[in-house]
Amino acid sequence: MPEKLLKVKDLKKYFPFRRGILKRPTGHVKAVDGVSFDIYKGETLGIVGESGSGKSTMARTILRLLEPTAGEILFGGHDIGKATNQELRSYRKDMQLIFQDPYSSLNPRFSVQKIIEEPLTVQTGISKQERTTRVIEMLEKVGLSEDARTKFPHEFSGGQRQRIGIARALATNPKFIIGDEPVSALDVSVQAQVLNLMKDLQEEFDLTYLFIAHDLSVVKHISDRVGVMYLGRLVEIGPKQAIYEDPLHPYTQALLSAVPRTKIEKRRERIQLVGEPPNPANPPSGCPFHTRCPLAFDHCKVERPELVEQKDGRSVACHLYKGNSVVINN
Amino acid sequence: MIKQASKFIPSITDNTEKLLEVKELKTYFFPSKDKEVKAVDNISFSINKGETVALVGESGSGKSVTSLSIMQLIPTPPGKILSGSIKLDGRELLSLSNKEMNKVRGKDIGMIFQEPTTSLDPVFTIGSQITESIRKHKKVSKKEAYENGVQLLKMVGFARAEEIMKEYPHQLSGGMRQRVMIAIAMSCEPKLLIADEPTTALDVTIQAQILDLLQEMKEHFNSSILLITHDMGVVAEVANRVLVMYGGQIVEEATVQEVFENPKHPYTVGLLNSIPDLDEDVERLEAIPGSVTPADQFPKGCRFASRCKFAMDICRQKTPELRQIKENHQARCFLHEGA
Repeated sequence: MPEKLLKVKDLKKYFPFRRGILKRPTGHVKAVDGVSFDIYKGETLGIVGESGSGKSTMARTILRLLEPTAGEILFGGHDIGKATNQELRSYRKDMQLIFQDPYSSLNPRFSVQKIIEEPLTVQTGISKQERTTRVIEMLEKVGLSEDARTKFPHEFSGGQRQRIGIARALATNPKFIIGDEPVSALDVSVQAQVLNLMKDLQEEFDLTYLFIAHDLSVVKHISDRVGVMYLGRLVEIGPKQAIYEDPLHPYTQALLSAVPRTKIEKRRERIQLVGEPPNPANPPSGCPFHTRCPLAFDHCKVERPELVEQKDGRSVACHLYKGNSVVINN
Repeated sequence: MIKQASKFIPSITDNTEKLLEVKELKTYFFPSKDKEVKAVDNISFSINKGETVALVGESGSGKSVTSLSIMQLIPTPPGKILSGSIKLDGRELLSLSNKEMNKVRGKDIGMIFQEPTTSLDPVFTIGSQITESIRKHKKVSKKEAYENGVQLLKMVGFARAEEIMKEYPHQLSGGMRQRVMIAIAMSCEPKLLIADEPTTALDVTIQAQILDLLQEMKEHFNSSILLITHDMGVVAEVANRVLVMYGGQIVEEATVQEVFENPKHPYTVGLLNSIPDLDEDVERLEAIPGSVTPADQFPKGCRFASRCKFAMDICRQKTPELRQIKENHQARCFLHEGA
């Protein structure tokens, strides 16, 4: 069994919303509502879900860029959730983030040198000379030339900027990288370059990825295991072959059937979901998916299903699959 | 609730009566005195009645400028339609006055955009925006326009259409706003619907709903669709014919089946190979090296040559022509010059 790098247990992130002149909290948006999963060393866990499902909030909460409302985040044995600011700084050297929008995530007033060396300045104590060597090394790794150092973000195309973002994430030699929609803003031909680059770097530096995207084909391509989120919860998680070839959760099934296929013979029966995802400030009772689920029955409105491990190593949160398996306890 | 896989089997429509004919269209931009951006450079294509044609390409390839040229919505200056002809049902659009063109827009040609949030006016109700467009092009009373609007909203899938008429755009989700946009675009039963990345901003399950809706609307109103997209999956689901654009030119034109089964231009092949496929596993994607050449810096010869792995000497010397390879299939490439 490979080593666990990250363990997330019952993670919750609620945002209060306030009304009236006294700004009293009148309710919560449950952006992440009890998510548990493990990431093993060297693997890529893909997270898919539609907008508003809590993917990005989850990523930010894991890095403690947002304070978790409840739950545990264990990274290499350290409890990130309880770490002091100083401790956090040293942990963050090992966990980095690649952002979606290569246009807004790079400071337009900073040279590429300054952008890439910033995490080194903040998180490590190495000298200017060493930093410059590291920046040149990183630029080469992501396929940019050394003279990019003195240029500014606007001089690069979207794909090149994303390479700069990757170089910045790699600069501190991290173990774990979260990619939050890292290729969504790129054209398909450039997207393929960046995906290939991320795969190469993973192999070279023995990286572990948490890869968040809404594009199911991209996630399938890069991931070893895949988790599907709906309304702040994981509804299904497991090896990618199992998820993609034989999805169990009705939401996963609907999601996969909705992807437009280029091969006519591969088109499945499309499961048309009625309506839109409910408001996370006011989620439905019971299973959050029951309002749109074609297979929902009475019990779904009452009890919220927990993730239950199935025979093939995946877990599903659905009352349809309770009978033949055991509830996991961790 | 479970729907059959889209029954749509791509084919060439029997109807070969041309609805839209674009000939040798050139739209350039002149952002400064010494800069010339060849956004759309001499393109010709046609759309038959009842046909869906997809215009595919990456950002900067000239897709959107093509559609804006058809609508004559190019900001002038800096942009300018330099030459060419755009005929709708035999009528030359480029020689129409502004006033006449205003009647064509919205009535004969409907348009929906990528970002439904920005194309609806936030300070007016949905109802007033729908009735405005109906009353602009049809001689009907306010009451008739209102009823017509409710009916359209029902048609695009709103169960509580009367309430939606009273709501403002911010009260609706992205998918709902796109439905409203489709209702407005279809309100005058346009002959041609231009859909510019209509589902790009939407989630997949909502995208599937909107694509089905577009197909239904097209059949109901017997319209043709010019679909602008970068998503090959969407193309495969809804288009009859495909135009692939690169660097302001059409580099390949074929039926949807031909494009996916037998792509000829190295750019089309590269584009198809660089998309991860849900039904096929590959270790590495075949990316196209480099990035799109900016439209003011096109090299001599083929515009794709610098990224093409098959590039020959001639590709850097001469510009290839769009040539017929077989019936319903054309490509702009010296590799297929002999064919």
